[in-house]
Amino acid sequence: MPPDTEPLIRLEGVHKSFGDQHILRGLSFDVRRGQCLGVMGGSGSGKSVTLRHVIGLLQPDAGRIVVDGQDMAQTSEADLAALRRRMGYVFQEGALIDWLTVAENLALPLQETTNLQPAEISDRVAHTLGLVHIPDSADKFPNQISGGMKKRVGLARALITEPEIVLYDEPNAGLDPRIARSINALIRELSDTLEVTSLVVEHRIDCLKAVADEVIFMHAGVALVREPIETFFDPDEPKLKEFLGV
Amino acid sequence: MDSTSDILTLAFGASVLYLLYQMRSFRKFLGAAGFRIELGIKVLRRLHHLPKRRRWFLDQLFTSGIMNVHVVLLVGLFVGMILSLQMGIELARYGQQDQIGVIVAASMAREMGPFITAVILAATVGSALAAELGTMSVADELSALEVLSVDRVSFLVLPRVVALAIIAPFLTVLCNAIGILGGGFVADSQLHVGWSLYMDSAIEALRTTGEFVQLPKDVFAGLFKASVFGGIVAIISCSCGLKAKGGALGVGRATSHAVRDSIIAVIVANYFLTWILYQN
Repeated sequence: MPPDTEPLIRLEGVHKSFGDQHILRGLSFDVRRGQCLGVMGGSGSGKSVTLRHVIGLLQPDAGRIVVDGQDMAQTSEADLAALRRRMGYVFQEGALIDWLTVAENLALPLQETTNLQPAEISDRVAHTLGLVHIPDSADKFPNQISGGMKKRVGLARALITEPEIVLYDEPNAGLDPRIARSINALIRELSDTLEVTSLVVEHRIDCLKAVADEVIFMHAGVALVREPIETFFDPDEPKLKEFLGV
Repeated sequence: MDSTSDILTLAFGASVLYLLYQMRSFRKFLGAAGFRIELGIKVLRRLHHLPKRRRWFLDQLFTSGIMNVHVVLLVGLFVGMILSLQMGIELARYGQQDQIGVIVAASMAREMGPFITAVILAATVGSALAAELGTMSVADELSALEVLSVDRVSFLVLPRVVALAIIAPFLTVLCNAIGILGGGFVADSQLHVGWSLYMDSAIEALRTTGEFVQLPKDVFAGLFKASVFGGIVAIISCSCGLKAKGGALGVGRATSHAVRDSIIAVIVANYFLTWILYQN
């Protein structure tokens, strides 16, 4: 991780409620350029909600989310679209378009937002499918592949636009250990070699150990603990101790 | 006295609660109507994207058109037969059964053809559109499109709306034709009106041309209505799907609202279109 670089993503006192459920209660943290920040926390602690705020799918009730100097709540629709083109989002279940093949799912963002020629798009699709170890799935539809493969296609779709920021919502869920290790290595490689800024929501300790520079522990809608990966799993905070079972 | 005042207080409280509830429902109704109008405007502003969406547009033409031809033909046939039978029995009392062709042809072309086609499209295609987009919504696929900066209106809604607006008049022509033929069959076989007399009067009834467009007015007005109805069904169904949330239950709710709201909107639009097209 490049040390002491400026924050690329900053959350300041973010509050969010759904009905009478107060999910985020003044959440604040930042992610520096090129950093891979892990987010851990119990179910319902607001991890996925946080990711959705960062990409602008949700707006906070109070507080600010600033990405590369732009306040997500104040940004125009066109600027938000331009910002999103620099970001990738790996959904928990893949969120693939059912009636498009795997290759078409991957090609979609390139067809819609770039002027690349069809041949270039095909090349990039093939290359990205190779990165996530499913080169032979291009012509299959999402309902013809397993949950783990859908996840990898979702990851490939997030990476195909070569984003500067990637948000991962449980990238290891549903993957067998061998594939999970290769995906973790890919996330780490993107961070190390291309300085992709990553925010990784994950429950699995082995995943966070493999990819994260720092980890925050979310509890009751706030970032209760933020520690470098080396010290995170040896905590003093009782709530984190209880969560980790140490 | 105390009990009377208690009852009045209770009644007042209940009335306030009822009014608040109604206001909430009214606000919801206004919100939904506003979203649908906005969606319709967005579709119109993206019509030039259609060549780029031709694959989905042609797919939609096939699924909403070809896949429903048999339903439209069956329903249209029986509606024509019912019209002929009901009218024939009444007209026979006054010795006017030779007018059956006029009544069946005019009813089918003006009202029944476009309306029946719209109801069939709402029940079959509209429900499917709402379920499809609703499932995409609850499975995060719509969020994924937003994150990928894909214009959802252009990608999902535009081809569906244009396909339905185009296919509805074609289905209406089939519905009208089979309905008139069905009416003729009943007139000939049960009401003893000759086939040629029936057909001559039916064709004559549809010959009147419009003031502005030199085409048979009843036919083109009916087809224009059908096109508008097709667009309405598609926009309402897509809007219900896009707004769906809450898993399978939410998709089910979106589907039923799509069919209900489409049929209501078609009936309301039918009145205003009839008023505009036939007021003179």
